[in-house]
Amino acid sequence: MTITLKVDVHHLGRVEGHGNIKVRVVDGELTEARWDIVETPRFFEVMLKGKHYTTAGILTARICGICSIGHCLASVRATEFAFGVEIPEAAAKLRLLAKHGETLQSHVLHLFFLAAPDFLGLHSAIPLKDIKPEVFALAARLKKLANDMCDVVAGRTTHPVSIQVGGMARMPDKHTLLDLKSRLERAVEDLRVAVELFRTFEIPEFERETEFVSLKGERGYPFIGGRIFSSDGVEHAEAEYLAMTNEYVTENNTSKWCKLSRESFAVGALARVNNNYHRLHPKARAVAVLFDLAPVCYNPFMNNIAQLVECVHVVHESIRLIEELVENPNAETMVPVKPRAGRGVAAVEVPRGILYHDYEYDENGRIVKANCIIPTTQNNANIHYDLNALVKQMAGNSGMTDERMELLCSMLVRSYDPCISCSVH
Amino acid sequence: MKHLNIERRRPKIGVFDFTGCEGCELQLANKEDSLGAFLSAIEVVSFREVSSDNGSDYNVALVDGAISRPDEVERLKEIRQRAELLVAMGSCACFGGVNRLKNAYDLDEANREVYGDCPKQTMPTMSVKEVVPVDLEIPGCPVCKDEVERVVQHLVWDLPLPTYAYPLCLECKQRYTVCRFEFGELCLGPITRAGCNAPCPAGGLGCWGCRGPAEAPNYDEFFALTAERGFDRQIVRERMGFFGGFDHVLAELEKQEQHEAIHDDHA
Repeated sequence: MTITLKVDVHHLGRVEGHGNIKVRVVDGELTEARWDIVETPRFFEVMLKGKHYTTAGILTARICGICSIGHCLASVRATEFAFGVEIPEAAAKLRLLAKHGETLQSHVLHLFFLAAPDFLGLHSAIPLKDIKPEVFALAARLKKLANDMCDVVAGRTTHPVSIQVGGMARMPDKHTLLDLKSRLERAVEDLRVAVELFRTFEIPEFERETEFVSLKGERGYPFIGGRIFSSDGVEHAEAEYLAMTNEYVTENNTSKWCKLSRESFAVGALARVNNNYHRLHPKARAVAVLFDLAPVCYNPFMNNIAQLVECVHVVHESIRLIEELVENPNAETMVPVKPRAGRGVAAVEVPRGILYHDYEYDENGRIVKANCIIPTTQNNANIHYDLNALVKQMAGNSGMTDERMELLCSMLVRSYDPCISCSVH
Repeated sequence: MKHLNIERRRPKIGVFDFTGCEGCELQLANKEDSLGAFLSAIEVVSFREVSSDNGSDYNVALVDGAISRPDEVERLKEIRQRAELLVAMGSCACFGGVNRLKNAYDLDEANREVYGDCPKQTMPTMSVKEVVPVDLEIPGCPVCKDEVERVVQHLVWDLPLPTYAYPLCLECKQRYTVCRFEFGELCLGPITRAGCNAPCPAGGLGCWGCRGPAEAPNYDEFFALTAERGFDRQIVRERMGFFGGFDHVLAELEKQEQHEAIHDDHA
């Protein structure tokens, strides 16, 4: 019997932003498998032109409602490079703590609210509050902790206010930090239960060899700045990011696509874990071992597990950072800033992968030219080619139906946790 | 679900996103302490960002994002037709938000700059009320979940819906936040509508006016204050124009100044 399959998903659910999936298999032959981004363009790079440096971080945070802290961090870092500003050590630690808060918030949101329903046979996480109240409560607890961390450190969870050019606007109160620390310690147990839950999920078996791009952890697992590195051996300094991205425009997408050594590459939690496995906190690596996640893992569905591993990593690292911060509660967190003409480039690992901001300033501290390259922009081509390979591999499986194929394709796209409006900034 | 053994009226809610960052939708999943109660009080009929099963049988539409492409106009009109109550949620939906900043640039040129010779469809950014009638506006970038909860409480239990006539400054005083002007920083608190509990000044950043104007702010006094404190007029106006909430005030100012300039020329 020859297989004919037809999948049309218009505005895929449980992802951030608007994307479509189209699959056609006719008489056993794959004729089309597409992942298209149809989000409305916003033209942030154009809007940035002429803006004062104090506005750049506040404006670019609005590129993304989920990773606004990451955008703000990339923005102020690029500006600081352009002006030759070096931030105090305590500010760097606070920024990393805010980054960890965002990573936890974003990963927990994706794992429990966007990805888990597929593995539990649900359309959304909302019914969980009635059928698995303990799972719903656990997810809510972890998410609240992550949001509170961002509130305390960055002033707000969505669209932060304390991350400013020159450092951080304030040092949080010592007792508030210690309260967070004790909640983080309790979160270790919540994550252990989460790991048990995810071990009951059936991760689809699918592999497609690809290239993984991430920051290179030289002192620790990388989050803010440093060299850029690919699993095919390409390596560049932060400022040479364009050599790693190679953006191009396609007909059917409002997001651009990227490539490096092959037709596509991947960024995100799986890329980071693959490229920096030995820099993970031992407790996080132990979780990776439980799931047989070791470099190089070519199964994109394992990005979910890599996110879970990173949750464990950031919780342990946040505890350590708070211990260091409370030792010096009166530390300086801000240095004076004097604008000058120049260019600055920053790379930050945000939840969905590596993010670049690149600004050129005039002598009055106003932007002449800006460029932002978003993780999902870098992943889109990889998602598209994965989709082709997935359909080819799975189409002949016994009992394959349109519905089953639609679910598999949707799960594949969701595994990347795409941030679509971000990619069409 | 019954509450005190009585079947509740559960508003059938649809959540719809247009041009924006979806940060407002994310807020609906925040405030975790009351998330379960919030979700039990409503029936989520359509919410693409959190569900893959979306219907059209809603009577309340929460709309976030601005309108910036013809297909969005059509989709919004359809939603308006189905919904008894349409709520514009967040600064993009209420004013156009930061997306409106692009209207100051030539859009063909912008398209060429970003997409080269493969331009994408776009148009000047509009707020929701510029396209369809809006019943209720909750501004904010992002929106405060508290305010969304109050709308639901109003619909379910007829609890009064508070409005905030006073400016943000009052909320800073209430939470003992030191005024950002005292740090030599600009703040739009004196003219901006309260109701967010002023998190930005507390976090070390003067207000950027995401909630738009309070009721009848004293603009003359505000401009006098900022001039006296040495803030560049251009910087003050840029900040007022950031989220689009004060656009009518800025337009009025420009008109006045043009008029005065002509008058001066004649004198």
